[in-house]
Amino acid sequence: MTLSAVKSTSHERRPQQRRLHPLPVRVMHWINAVAIFIMIGSGWKIYNDDVILGWLHFPDGLVIGKWAQYGLQWHFLGMWIFVLNGLAYLIYGIATGRFRQKLFPVSLRDILATVNDALHFRLAHDDLTHYNAVQKILYLGVMAVGVLIVISGLALWKPVQFSELAALFGSFQATRVVHFLCMTAIVGFLLVHISLALLVPQSLVAMITGGPVVDDGAAPEIKH
Amino acid sequence: MAIRTRTPSIFRPRKTIDQGVLTQNRALIDDIDRRNVLRGAVSLGALSLLTGCDVSEDDSVQKVLRTVSAWNDRVQATIFRPHHLAPTYSVSQVVKPPRFNAYYDIEDVKPIDGATWKLELAGRIDNKQPWTAQQIYQLPEQDIIIKHICVEGWDYIGQWSGPNLRDFLQRVGADLTAKYIYFICNDDYTESIDMATALHPQTILATKYAGEILADPFGYPLRLRTSTKLGYKNAKWIKAIEVTNDFRETFWSKQGFNWFAGI
Repeated sequence: MTLSAVKSTSHERRPQQRRLHPLPVRVMHWINAVAIFIMIGSGWKIYNDDVILGWLHFPDGLVIGKWAQYGLQWHFLGMWIFVLNGLAYLIYGIATGRFRQKLFPVSLRDILATVNDALHFRLAHDDLTHYNAVQKILYLGVMAVGVLIVISGLALWKPVQFSELAALFGSFQATRVVHFLCMTAIVGFLLVHISLALLVPQSLVAMITGGPVVDDGAAPEIKH
Repeated sequence: MAIRTRTPSIFRPRKTIDQGVLTQNRALIDDIDRRNVLRGAVSLGALSLLTGCDVSEDDSVQKVLRTVSAWNDRVQATIFRPHHLAPTYSVSQVVKPPRFNAYYDIEDVKPIDGATWKLELAGRIDNKQPWTAQQIYQLPEQDIIIKHICVEGWDYIGQWSGPNLRDFLQRVGADLTAKYIYFICNDDYTESIDMATALHPQTILATKYAGEILADPFGYPLRLRTSTKLGYKNAKWIKAIEVTNDFRETFWSKQGFNWFAGI
């Protein structure tokens, strides 16, 4: 562990010392976890009523809502939590500079180097405060998918009131496919995300306790 | 400064536990922590696995879900654009015959005798004279080729014609400031729509599909077709129309489906 290394060693302790995951991030993360759980489970129930892939029915044990109307009720409750919390998270991430600091820059060379490290089992994860290029791409990607699933969801919910938006996707059925593929991408992300969180438990603990104390990212730029 | 040591309880061991035990077994403790986290995640999933007692059916949960559904009704009424037209399609895209849907199978449809059938009018309407099918066929017809979108997720393009509902309501002297239009059907089906939807230019009382008199399974002699609602709001085999300010639950809303069901 390099926890002490990331702690500020500077003499003039800046007042803006914060944890790796500030409280708002942790709260929004877990609200989002609940919202995603509701949206996927109820979405699978809704999907089952008119499947896109003939061979794919989600088992009753994995869906939320015993009857169609319950699945719908959960989905249209979860959407508020997911959208409002997601908006708050995006505004927070942009306004505080967290996205810029944690997720940028990300270069193709870094991505290739990280993939290479991963293939050689050299991936370092002792420093939780630094995201590697693949993590950056995955987090940025899943956020983009999150935005797209909301937009396609709006087009499905209101194909007439928001017909201008719905037209971007072509047809109603095409919109369903986009919405479905976004779900698939999020489930894929979650498989990796949760596996890694369990493999590196301190990352999971950090999302509860806040993790190590880190310098405010904006500080170095202000210094000189 | 003298600090008095607290008298230890007689049950307290004289010697404290060796903290070394904790450090020696750090890995084991971490492992237990991890498994607890896993167990927590699994029981969250198990909540939905208990299909025998779905949490949605719990009265208090259902109350919350229905409150949100009622809130969603209000949101949908707010974002409703009264003059915004749904996309329309060409005659060549019309699916024939239309897709059947009801809460029972097509064999169980009870056909209506058009010769004796009458449309009853009730509530906030000046002229409550019943209408025969022939009288309705005499009214000016509107033709719309729109999508039918079912709450289940399927859709098809259909061509519907019949009197415009706003024109009809004006003709019979209905109170257009009332809140709801309530439809009573020949089976035990009921539906209601908000006045804004009833007055929308693409809301009609359909008597024909693809230019021909409606077939029995699709609502003969009279059904609702509106471009701004999900399929189930489009009542078939209408036998009475009531204009009212009283909100009443409908066939599907009683069972937990969203009442407004706008698209």
